[in-house]
Amino acid sequence: MFFRTLLAAAGLALAFAAPAQEPIHIGSFLSVTGPAAFLGDPEQKTLELYVEKINAAGGVNGRKLKLTVYDSAGDAEKARAFAKRLIEQDKVDLIIGGSTTGETMAVVPLVEQAQIPFISLAGAVVIVEPVKKWVFKTPHSDRQACERIFVDMKARGTTRIALITGPGGFDKSMRGQCMGVAKKHGIEILADESYGAGDTDMTAQLTKIKNTNGVQAVLNCGFGQGPAIVTKNYRQLSIGHPLYQSHGVASKGFIQLAGGAAEGVRLPAAALLVADSLPGSDPQKKVVLAYKNEYESRFKSDVSTFGGHAYDGLMIAVDALRRAGVVDKAVVRDAIENTRAFMGTAGEFNFSATDHVGLDVTGFRMLEISGGNWTLAR
Amino acid sequence: MSAQLVQFLLTGLTVGAIYALVALGFAIIYNASHVINFAQGEFVMIGGMATAAFVESGLPLLVAAPLAVGGATLVGIALEKLAVEPARGAPVVTLIIITIGASIFLRGLASLIWDKKIHSVPSFSGETPIRFGGATLLPQTLWVLGATVVTVALLWWFFNRTLTGKAILAVSHNRLAAQLMGISVRRVLLVSFGLSAALGALAGVLIAPISFTTWDVGVMLGLKGFAAAILGGMGSGPGAIVGGLALGLIESLGAGYLSSAYKDVFAFIIILAALIFLPDGLAGRRRATERV
Repeated sequence: MFFRTLLAAAGLALAFAAPAQEPIHIGSFLSVTGPAAFLGDPEQKTLELYVEKINAAGGVNGRKLKLTVYDSAGDAEKARAFAKRLIEQDKVDLIIGGSTTGETMAVVPLVEQAQIPFISLAGAVVIVEPVKKWVFKTPHSDRQACERIFVDMKARGTTRIALITGPGGFDKSMRGQCMGVAKKHGIEILADESYGAGDTDMTAQLTKIKNTNGVQAVLNCGFGQGPAIVTKNYRQLSIGHPLYQSHGVASKGFIQLAGGAAEGVRLPAAALLVADSLPGSDPQKKVVLAYKNEYESRFKSDVSTFGGHAYDGLMIAVDALRRAGVVDKAVVRDAIENTRAFMGTAGEFNFSATDHVGLDVTGFRMLEISGGNWTLAR
Repeated sequence: MSAQLVQFLLTGLTVGAIYALVALGFAIIYNASHVINFAQGEFVMIGGMATAAFVESGLPLLVAAPLAVGGATLVGIALEKLAVEPARGAPVVTLIIITIGASIFLRGLASLIWDKKIHSVPSFSGETPIRFGGATLLPQTLWVLGATVVTVALLWWFFNRTLTGKAILAVSHNRLAAQLMGISVRRVLLVSFGLSAALGALAGVLIAPISFTTWDVGVMLGLKGFAAAILGGMGSGPGAIVGGLALGLIESLGAGYLSSAYKDVFAFIIILAALIFLPDGLAGRRRATERV
């Protein structure tokens, strides 16, 4: 009994000692480990780094930020469980997370029901199409990647191409989107090959593509180790056509894995990767360079566009919180939707009631790998 | 023969040789203990990951690769000593479940000791493609095929010309009789786990420069190796080799001439057919006399 009284007293003392203003609670679930760790790891680091920085500078609206991150390990089932915990137990004010499309889509029904703002960091267009009231996302959609690639192909006189697609959700979604917009861009898809999870060799599929008459370029929809094997096999077979990859390979890891074979590979990616070589007049230069320097000096590892998505998500949320002035979920959601001309690492965000990505294709730069590094393609 | 066909055959043989090495590992342990060792794929992973780790720490490949195979062998022996031997009285199914547990444990351990990133291992002799009959192959392919042939020859010599090899064969034919003749079954088990681990690790080292390596690469390669062993006839050495090569060829010809979307389906359909029509596998008929 005495012990209990003591506890109660201690609790009371603690309650009085706590600051009057509770922190704003941001919840997150990310693939920090597992097959998509290359997405979740820089995302987590970025969120932690910037929450710390924002708090050091006095927080948002006089309140500190509190970040809770769970590792969903690329597993949609886990993502759902963690999102439930964030909403029901941790009672977070908003959620930024979902490294992959699968994890994001598993959580969408939960956040819609709980009516809580959710900014996803995943790629596929299904997340925001049709528009879901509480769901936003910061990376470019796969369809925009296709369109950017097709524009580049047309500019270089290429109209007949071959596709080779991996087994992942993003891979297949991008393939579907590319097939969908190909006609609009006057692109004809002559061959459509695929490879499976854990495949060790794609020369058979590529040989088939090589022997398809009329193919002028090859596009690989995929991320992870598949594209690196495709790239190596592609050079082994000495296929002369240009090889295009998706923004899913936009990390230094890809160049390291594929080695010399990566030379000449073209891909659409955010300006972040070529921050140093952007012209001074580029409106994005300031933002991407600041993020890159901050991240690289803190973690001593190369910046990737995936961490940039987390940066964009957090900054959009913070911007919306500032404009909202209160931490009411509906007000914050409206503030996010009203984000205009917000410069992030992926480009300029202009959300609206019908557009929850807010990016246009201009934020995508066409890159070419040259000398083991990213360069702006001409 | 068209250049296209040559390319498909080369691809199939390379992948098939790796499947064959994994399948041989299954066969050896199965013979000695009637256990299907589902941790076989993990030995492949340890071979590749350890080589990558050693190379990244600055060791030359010539040192890193044997070290990795040696390390995996020790893991194989430890698996037998620490997990299988204490349960030696248990039914075979229990032992198989133990190996599944061991494989999950080893995967977890690998992701802790190393990391969950994808690693590459440098090719043994450069990456300049060699032209051959209108097709191209990487020098690493020759290493894979050559090393597989040498390994198979060594295995044949081991099982037919050495006392230890013959002891393993004796145990596989009749455990009780072998025991009565003074053969230590316990030692036979240790040797066969070590040998299987070494074979798996060798496959891992050989394939890593072609397909990279990660902490979970063993799952799929182990499964394919198991399929190859079933196709060839579980427990048959020549069957494992034929099964592995056949599986590799089916996959690459299927992907090349039919559809790459159903590549794995062809392989598994063939295996289902083999199980139904040739339950003892391709090498089933002579199984009694030609066990590894």
